[in-house]
Amino acid sequence: MGVLSAVILYFVAQKFKVEEDPRIDEVEKMLPGANCGGCGFAGCRAMAEALVVRDDISALFCPVGGAECMKKTAAYLGKVAPEKEPTVATVRCGGVCSKRPRTNEYNGTKKCSMAAAFYTGETACAYGCLGYGDCVDACQFGAIKVNPETGIAEVDPDKCTACGACVKACPKGIIELRKKWPKNRAVYVSCVSKDKGAVTMKACKAGCIGCGKCAKVCAFGAITVENGVAYIDSQKCKLCRKCVNECPTGAIVLKGMDPLPKEPKAPAAKPAAAETKSAEKKESVNEQK
Amino acid sequence: MANKFIIATAPHMHNPHSTQSLMRDVIVALMPALAVSAVVYGLSVLYVTAIAVVSCVLVEFLIQKYLIKGTPTLGNLSAVVTGLLLAFNLPANIPWWIIVIGAVVAIGVAKMTFGGLGHNPFNPALVGRVFLLIAYPVQMTSFPEIEPVVGGIVDTFSGATPLAAVKSGAMSVTDANLMSLFGGFNAGSMGELSATALLVGGLYMLWRRVITWHIPVAVLGSMAAFAFIVALMQGGGAELYALPLFHLLAGGAMLGAIFMATDYVTSPMTPKGMLIYGVGIGVITMIIRLWGAYPEGMSFAILLMNAVTPLINKYVKPRRFGVTTAKK
Amino acid sequence: MKTFPIGGVHPSDNKKWSCDKAIEVLALPDVVNIPLGQHIGAPATAKVAKGDKVLTGQLIAEATGFMSANIHSPISGTVTAVDLQPNAQGLRQMMITIKREGDEWMPEIDRSAEIKRECALDSAAIIAKIKDAGVVGMGGATFPTHVKLSIPNGCKAEFLIINGVECEPYLTSDHRTMLERGEELLTGVEILKKALGVEKAIIGVENNKPDAIANLNKIIKEKKFAVVVEPLKVQYPQGGEKQLIAAVTGREVPPPPALPIHVGAVVCNASTAVAVYEAVQKNKPLIERVVTVTGKDVKNTRNLLTRMGTPISTLLAEAGGLPEGDVKVVNGGPMMGRAMVNIDSPVTKGCSGITVFSGADVRRVPTSECIKCAKCVEACPMGLEPYLLQRLAAKQMWEEMEVERIPDCIECGCCQYTCPAGIALLDYVRLGKQTVMGIIRARAAAAAAAKK
Repeated sequence: MGVLSAVILYFVAQKFKVEEDPRIDEVEKMLPGANCGGCGFAGCRAMAEALVVRDDISALFCPVGGAECMKKTAAYLGKVAPEKEPTVATVRCGGVCSKRPRTNEYNGTKKCSMAAAFYTGETACAYGCLGYGDCVDACQFGAIKVNPETGIAEVDPDKCTACGACVKACPKGIIELRKKWPKNRAVYVSCVSKDKGAVTMKACKAGCIGCGKCAKVCAFGAITVENGVAYIDSQKCKLCRKCVNECPTGAIVLKGMDPLPKEPKAPAAKPAAAETKSAEKKESVNEQK
Repeated sequence: MANKFIIATAPHMHNPHSTQSLMRDVIVALMPALAVSAVVYGLSVLYVTAIAVVSCVLVEFLIQKYLIKGTPTLGNLSAVVTGLLLAFNLPANIPWWIIVIGAVVAIGVAKMTFGGLGHNPFNPALVGRVFLLIAYPVQMTSFPEIEPVVGGIVDTFSGATPLAAVKSGAMSVTDANLMSLFGGFNAGSMGELSATALLVGGLYMLWRRVITWHIPVAVLGSMAAFAFIVALMQGGGAELYALPLFHLLAGGAMLGAIFMATDYVTSPMTPKGMLIYGVGIGVITMIIRLWGAYPEGMSFAILLMNAVTPLINKYVKPRRFGVTTAKK
Repeated sequence: MKTFPIGGVHPSDNKKWSCDKAIEVLALPDVVNIPLGQHIGAPATAKVAKGDKVLTGQLIAEATGFMSANIHSPISGTVTAVDLQPNAQGLRQMMITIKREGDEWMPEIDRSAEIKRECALDSAAIIAKIKDAGVVGMGGATFPTHVKLSIPNGCKAEFLIINGVECEPYLTSDHRTMLERGEELLTGVEILKKALGVEKAIIGVENNKPDAIANLNKIIKEKKFAVVVEPLKVQYPQGGEKQLIAAVTGREVPPPPALPIHVGAVVCNASTAVAVYEAVQKNKPLIERVVTVTGKDVKNTRNLLTRMGTPISTLLAEAGGLPEGDVKVVNGGPMMGRAMVNIDSPVTKGCSGITVFSGADVRRVPTSECIKCAKCVEACPMGLEPYLLQRLAAKQMWEEMEVERIPDCIECGCCQYTCPAGIALLDYVRLGKQTVMGIIRARAAAAAAAKK
């Protein structure tokens, strides 16, 4: 009886055995194994399958493993490695408690998705960070936290893998994946308020009022002002930092670098070579005007 | 404006019920049975109850405070209810250390290991009781003799429960004094003495909307029906009515049906599911009582059906509004 | 006594604060803000611009398509802005701002108090007039009435049910309307009957309003209306459309996407019936409504006949101002109303009351673990399992939620009301419903695209 069952089981197992490319297992081992979905697939296994099956893998990219991981897998599979610039999640809201006064108290379930579906939030700003941490829940890497003092989510750029889970989780669309510069340098408009300047000002002292001064000063055409809010294209921005000094509300945030001195002619403290050139070039453009 | 606006989504009103108030109602509902027991067995009843309640509360507190380092939630009174129910399942003359072991098993093993109130798959008090029944069978099944508290009303009974007496053949069900079972003057665990007192407690819980009728009615109804059919197949006669009545009133039937099986956490969520669960308990109890090794099967039946509860919850859904069997 | 078949709860109705306050006319506001989207469906399209002079009752925004409603000026004066303004929840919404100058009405509106009973118009003409007047459901859902009256092909209306249930605690605006404007209401019902071509009209009223039931019955008897008043057992959410149909006729509307018309029923709110009367017989568009201002600590609770667009703060001031300390001001009743951030936001067509909570009532009860008591399952009028839906939503298991029939949910709040552990069941269920409905719509759109 037992032997018979064993024989039957053996044949059934043989019959239903799934033929699989052994390379999928290997590729899966090379991937980070975070199963975060940042690549657009359900998990690392699905990504590995796609990498093995497709001839052209230029559209596939694992943001967690980054270029190095992709190079390794591509070399193993004998394919051309996809290239992508590293990016980092950036929270574009500067409405800290001191600058954005609370006008009411939210007593419902502390989830951004629920609060945002119902009303504007605890401040008069309808666009700012709610601070209940849906992004924190979405992040698998512990890279994002809500600072209890400011009430705003903050990203640790060293831990961030740019998987994009927080971008999807934020109901206010505040988080953006922006180009990652060395040493975590960054310049961005830390506000997404589409309100008119006066309304924004009333709600938050750190908001972008859409005055457009930054756009005028930018030599690279990286800044656009639309719907009452400025936006810096991280692909075009060269980190010249001129806009930072122009902004009347301090909505443009500079990270990882010293600001330009107020006098435009004095050279910047210790800028990297590429930035110095571009900054100088830009200054000369300005002088010509 | 000086007002601070509080914002939340609807509803903005809440029922006065809370977990604590529901548990308080259960405790109140257990009081009549406790009183009867105290009258019959004397002060030792209160002593056993106090030890059970205190040790349950203490075990829960110590585990929450030092083992999982959380905030103790004694305020919801669920540990008190577990302690009371555990005590109700013990003989009045049980040594104190057995009670403490029962409390540790009930709270520590059956409840806190699964995550505390709301997460335990089995009724904690019953797990404690069954553990003790298997570990200390002698102490758990020898009941003190009933002392005539009010002079001469009650005859002194032997230490065997009516169920055990019937099982061993020492007594036939037609001999059993049904009035005495109803009133509570038979040997047994502390809480199972008086069917009347338990029924009063049950009615109180129904009135306070703590429980619905489904589980108690299903358990008792199925037990009676089962006993009736068995009696019918055995030839009927006087047993036809005596057998069902005896089984409803004797042993832990009332306590189990009204207080144990209706435990929120371990019973199904839908009315239909509750009926299935209740009938399951009733039938299993009767099978154990009539043909099993133990004279009483209520505890085992409830624990078995507790195990089935998740399955019932998965497959038995409430009636969907708009889907009627008699369609126009 | 009839009621609906599944679930329901019994919150204390708290109507005593305002139910004996007669309807009073609120003084005309100096400035009004009229949101373009104050009904279900597409927002109306503004027909006026800054600087335009308007008369009371003049069309200022036109329905955008069929599923939309006209909007009329509630006062006469000058349009000062057509711009985004924060609504009651602070969300930016397109509104027309009008500054009042006098009170000059459009000439065709009949403002006499005389009741005009005869209506010679046919069904299509009645519906057209209702559409022109911008009448929408005034119980809170603001479904355009002309859409409801336009019976889809293949369906036949058998009953007209008038919703006089007002199952929301605190609110009394429908109650007062039934009491004080009974004859206009009944005339409106007859007009609606004619529009639908039905024989039977039933007014469902919960029996905590015996005076309203008696008043309607008296008028029906004296003035010979062919309308029946059905007293109903008090139970929330009886005013839910599906619950009311089941309570009155015993017929259950099948699960979505079926509509009430599939069981032959059309439901209109009691105040809507009065608005229909005014629209058809008096040419008066929907520019004012009765708003209950109530609350345990509100000094002077009122039932106010208010022009649309009046700031809610004006109504609150009329009621003696807000109580001290922390408050929760709710647009609507306590079970389904929406808490407000901005009390300067305007009264809209769906605003049946302003409920003010103070003291211990402003915050939710503390939350503890679910004890699986099954009270939410017992309370759910749609036969759902809220505890399960809450867990699935917390884990973002949207597909499983759809299997558990989340689209059935009517967001009545019974589950959360009854939960002894104080769990915010509806918060999660609502999130799940929104997400799942989005998935269903996306799927339908994809299927439609694939067909092409």
